[in-house]
Amino acid sequence: MTQSTPAAASTEAAPEKELRPPSYWPFVVPALVVVLAIIIFPWVFTIWMSMNEWKVGSPTTFVGLSNYLRLTNDPRFLEAVGHTLVYTVLSVVLPLILGTLSAVVFHQKFAGRGFLRGVFIMPMMATPVAIALVWTMMFHPQLGVLNYLLSLVGIPAQLWVFHPATVIPSLVLVETWQWTPLVMLIVLGGLAAIPTEPYESAQIDGASFWQVFRFITLPLIMPFLFIAGMIRMIDAVKSFDIIFAITQGGPGSASETINIYLYSVAFTYYDLGYGSAIAVVFFLLIVLLAAVMLYARQRMVWTEIKSGA
Amino acid sequence: MTPRYIIGKIGLWLSVFVIVSPAILFFLWMLSLSLKFEVDNAAYPPVLFPDRIAWKNYADVLASNRFMTYFINSLIVTGSATLLALAVGVPAGYGIARMAAHKSAIVILIARITPGLSYLIPLFLLFQWLGLLGTLVPQIIIHLVVTVPIVIWIMIGYFETTPMELEEAALIDGAGRWQVFRHVALPIAKPGIAVAFILAVIFSWNNFVFGIVLAGRETRTLPVAVYNMISFDQLSWGPLAAAALIVTFPVLLLTVLAQRQIVAGLTAGAVKGG
Repeated sequence: MTQSTPAAASTEAAPEKELRPPSYWPFVVPALVVVLAIIIFPWVFTIWMSMNEWKVGSPTTFVGLSNYLRLTNDPRFLEAVGHTLVYTVLSVVLPLILGTLSAVVFHQKFAGRGFLRGVFIMPMMATPVAIALVWTMMFHPQLGVLNYLLSLVGIPAQLWVFHPATVIPSLVLVETWQWTPLVMLIVLGGLAAIPTEPYESAQIDGASFWQVFRFITLPLIMPFLFIAGMIRMIDAVKSFDIIFAITQGGPGSASETINIYLYSVAFTYYDLGYGSAIAVVFFLLIVLLAAVMLYARQRMVWTEIKSGA
Repeated sequence: MTPRYIIGKIGLWLSVFVIVSPAILFFLWMLSLSLKFEVDNAAYPPVLFPDRIAWKNYADVLASNRFMTYFINSLIVTGSATLLALAVGVPAGYGIARMAAHKSAIVILIARITPGLSYLIPLFLLFQWLGLLGTLVPQIIIHLVVTVPIVIWIMIGYFETTPMELEEAALIDGAGRWQVFRHVALPIAKPGIAVAFILAVIFSWNNFVFGIVLAGRETRTLPVAVYNMISFDQLSWGPLAAAALIVTFPVLLLTVLAQRQIVAGLTAGAVKGG
């Protein structure tokens, strides 16, 4: 294109612009139909249902926003929000730290790296219910292997997921074990993109390993850490399989997150209108958390630029 | 130089050992649980390598004819949801990439953020109204929520990197858009399709939340069947662990064999279903 004369280029481009955009539409239409049916339609319908008193087996009535008002003084919902936030913060921070450290190790060259990377990501690919089952056995206070391992280092036996105070940290342990590999993969991609020059000059200046990591590696992989944190946040907020299969929100309601509560409301009590309102608020909460993270990131970038100048 | 090099090597291998061991030990323990008799599973201190191996745990699981039904259910649901997703998602990824319609990716982002349960409430009513509950159709359709965004997302990324020159040459030679797609773009995109296929299969196979709501006694998929074993049918650990391992074994095998494709797909799209 750049080599052709301006006149030829403009006559070529004009008809092409008219022809091109519509002619690719047929490729997209089937997917569009599917997306409309299974993603857009449920969304619109959910919003509509959330404004109705809608229970299975009884007639529906329009109630406006009263389902949403009901949420504000539903202690079980508010408690679930609290559990979700604690669970999410821990399940973002721990995998970020451990995943970054693992990525630094996997960035080195060693024999069998590809195979070991495959082994390392097995926890996140394995069927969640299957691993939840084995974790449940490992958490068993009498027969579980975890209490035996603790006894080897002189720590008294724990009740793990069977006690309200330790249930969320125990579930976070599973979540961290499961999802640290995803953070590792994203950060590893970031490490691969770093140019070698800063490291060479740091070596000449005699910087220590920690200094190199703190002042060169960490700032350069920051964008990747941010993406990893964002993905982790979205998944941790929505975490369902592990919690449901191990505790079902128990003991009592000590590990009941929004998603677990939503399940009970919609499919145990079949209160679909109220469940839809929870689904909408839940989605907005995720968007809000993402916006807060974006804002924090923006602030950090600005302070970095200011302190740099 | 040499001692320092050796210390560095030892340190590296030690670090590798430390970060890989949680995964290895967990799956080793899972295997151990599945191969032990009840007595050995209840032993204190726990036994990692038992003296006698309980192959019977696996035989018991496989012999129950329901398990085969659930296995076939899983194959049908995952197979159909993946193939349908490829059929609509690969052309869509191509169209979106060629039109450079990046804003349409927002829909996929929304799908990625939305909790799986939000789809279930309206679609559950729809399936009930259509009288489809009790068949595998609702599960196949709702698994598209997982597989279609994965396929589209990965294929957009892939078609954006494939060269345009061949396609333009074919167009000039008078080939239609469809012919260009079929004979030029598609063959080049095979590695991308493989990535999309593998990830769609894994995330559909693993899906649990759709099944617990939509599956009846005859239409359970394997993850749901295993969950129900915990709560109702089984109390002994050996067969339970064996069932869990059978369910997740295909996925683990695929992960180790296709780790390059999986890593490429996950880091490009960073997608996960559910």
